[in-house]
Amino acid sequence: MFPMTLLFNATIETVYMVIVATIIATLVGLPWGIVLYTSRRGNILAHPLLYQVLAIIVNVTRSIPFIILMIAVIPLTRILVGSSIGTNAAIVPLSLCAMPFIARVVENALLEVDSGLVEAATSMGATAWQIICKVFIPEALPGIINGLTLTVVSLIGYSAMAGAVGGGGLGDLAIRYGYQRFDTSVMLITIVIMIVLVQAVQLVGDKLAKWYAHTGQ
Amino acid sequence: MITLEHVHKNYTTSKGTIPALRDINIHVNPGEIFGIIGKSGAGKSSLIRCVNLLERPSSGKIIVANEELTTLSAAKLRAARRKIGMIFQHFNLLSSRNVYDNIALPLELAGHTHKQMEDTIMPLLELTHLTDKKMAYPAQLSGGQKQRVAIARALASKPHVLLSDEATSALDPETTLTILQLLKNIRDTLNLTILLITHEMSVIKSCCDRVAILQEGELIEENEVGEFFTHPKTEVAKNFIASSVLQHLPAAIERHLLALEQPDTHPILRLWFLQGTATQPIISEISRQFNLHINILQANVEYIKNHAMGIMMIALRGENAKIQPAIQYLKERSVQVEVVGYVPNDIAV
Repeated sequence: MFPMTLLFNATIETVYMVIVATIIATLVGLPWGIVLYTSRRGNILAHPLLYQVLAIIVNVTRSIPFIILMIAVIPLTRILVGSSIGTNAAIVPLSLCAMPFIARVVENALLEVDSGLVEAATSMGATAWQIICKVFIPEALPGIINGLTLTVVSLIGYSAMAGAVGGGGLGDLAIRYGYQRFDTSVMLITIVIMIVLVQAVQLVGDKLAKWYAHTGQ
Repeated sequence: MITLEHVHKNYTTSKGTIPALRDINIHVNPGEIFGIIGKSGAGKSSLIRCVNLLERPSSGKIIVANEELTTLSAAKLRAARRKIGMIFQHFNLLSSRNVYDNIALPLELAGHTHKQMEDTIMPLLELTHLTDKKMAYPAQLSGGQKQRVAIARALASKPHVLLSDEATSALDPETTLTILQLLKNIRDTLNLTILLITHEMSVIKSCCDRVAILQEGELIEENEVGEFFTHPKTEVAKNFIASSVLQHLPAAIERHLLALEQPDTHPILRLWFLQGTATQPIISEISRQFNLHINILQANVEYIKNHAMGIMMIALRGENAKIQPAIQYLKERSVQVEVVGYVPNDIAV
């Protein structure tokens, strides 16, 4: 019989990696996306050069495959975490990979906000900051939540890849026991747990997005 | 209360400069409801957006409540905008906030306390008949209710002036009337000055004191509303009035309408009863005096601010020799006569 504690610990490690990485990535990605959107031509903080620079950084970073990014940032990981192996070390590339993704997702959610609302807020004497806090973010919240759900689901997948380089978690377990020791039952159990995690995240995300949409249905 | 002096607005595109507004001069008195009517593309939206500087005019002065907005700093402009309420065609309510919180938005922006907000918002909910909808979200409201929320929101910061950008264009005729009635009420109770733009003559008719016509970026006519209907000066004004009171000719006549007189035809006339002639029995007089058969195809008499104004389409049949004198007689009685065309006599009208 397979030791349940191993499975339990691996699940906790995955959840921990994904949650911390999501939080860090959101802290950077959300403002990044807001600046990306508001600096667009014709928007409240229009700054074409800034927009171009931010957009290029997003595109460049999103083009790098995760497995390459993970290895490429090892020096940075060492500085930040003190080691390039382990769950905490895996959080660094996971966060870095999710940041530009969240920035784009937030930008897209903001693009859905009706420009008439900005006009209304401006006519009430709102500052740019007030428009961001009281109009853009609350109005785009359902879209932002959907985007974050998408990010978390992707991160659950990426965290399994991080397992391949000693990051711990379910991916690590699946590779060591399931693949290297030909233990099919471990492989299946980890996959089932991943499916449950993804389903749970999607369910909660959908419910939250629907709640904040206030459509009255 | 609102003064626009020599306001020009140009849009620069890749194809060059397009003038949207040309030398606009408007003066709206305190407590007045001033309507600007124009077809789509006439520049109405640009004009009303210039008043609170949502769009900056290319040149000219904009003075609201004795403050020249174009010269203000960003912070002073924001303060001035708080005293200029605005409502929109598509309401522009925040879908993330319920009715109460939507009305609270301008107060939050100005940094009011929760207590102050409640004291301001509760009477506004009552004024706009929304007290029972306080906790509802915009998605749960009808168009008319949404516009009432928008009106309450615009009034929350106790403005001197209310700008209305096609506020009733997305509403059905019945709801339009209730919204216009509400606007009149708030003007009377709060002594607000209202500037509105619309493409519907019915809006001008039912709530404005004065009206101006905007045509291709220029104001071509301005008048007190009663005068405007009874003494239209330009063709554009006449067309707006006619379109608001008359339908088209019956299809059977329209099909056979000839531009020029031919043998065995009779004229179709459009008569304008302005300047008090609408209340006189002129039609029966010409019928008797010239022995003519008069078939009324369309008729409408409107009472606007104690002025009676009528437009009528008639077919005039009888001896040809009597028709011209009859038209002359109408003209002598200050009825404006337009010959719309001629219809063959054998067409049953």
